[in-house]
Amino acid sequence: MTPTLQYFLIASSLLFSIGLLAVLSRRHAIFILIGIELMLAAANLNFVAFWRFNPDPAETTGVIVAIFAIAIAAAEAAVGLALVIAVYRHYRTTSVDHLDQLKG
Amino acid sequence: MIGFAFIAISLFTLGAGLAAALMPKLIHAALSLVLAFGGLAAFYFLLGAEFVGLVQVFVYVGAVAVLVVFTILLTRRDVKAEARFNWSGVVVALAVLGALVWAILRTPELAVAAPDPKILTVKQIGAVLMTDYVWPLQCVGLVLTAALIGALVLVTEKES
Repeated sequence: MTPTLQYFLIASSLLFSIGLLAVLSRRHAIFILIGIELMLAAANLNFVAFWRFNPDPAETTGVIVAIFAIAIAAAEAAVGLALVIAVYRHYRTTSVDHLDQLKG
Repeated sequence: MIGFAFIAISLFTLGAGLAAALMPKLIHAALSLVLAFGGLAAFYFLLGAEFVGLVQVFVYVGAVAVLVVFTILLTRRDVKAEARFNWSGVVVALAVLGALVWAILRTPELAVAAPDPKILTVKQIGAVLMTDYVWPLQCVGLVLTAALIGALVLVTEKES
């Protein structure tokens, strides 16, 4: 069996759904960030898979976009975790259920 | 051979990802996340994008995982919040998964076999980054600088 493009896309949609599950189901802020990282990684896998299955040998766009996406995801993780620490200092909790000050 | 490697890497990555999403203890989830990122790097190697696989190992396994673990250690454990699980998320995730798989399977253009292996050297990537993608590269540098300064500002303790 040689995996076609569909197999890679199904693997990455499974990974995306796992990330979505972590974001929607867990009530701890760091679990939500872990889920976001998994979803970004699934999108990256799609970029690289589409690059590999493109018949044009000189095409580089998929790989370059994946590298840029990894850099942006690293910046997002740094700011997100800094926000978790800032919120923890203020409220003494990291459970998103308790952060309801803006509720009308 | 490549089919066997694909199945093994998929099972490893998805199992580690599922463990990262479902583990009751936060530190175990963070360690499973490291394993999932390692599996993703193996995926990139399998697809022939060695540079992306190495960047994945350096950035995620090296930097992001350490950041997550440090954040876990800097915040006090909240066992109740860590273990809470909202089952309605499972329904939404399964619905999204079903829609995606349905869309993939009913697109016949996606059932293509891989063309001949591509050779993309780091030299080529560097040349493309310095010519076609030089402005995006500068913008990413600016975004990274701003994000790291912003993260520092957020976590600096104010003197009272």
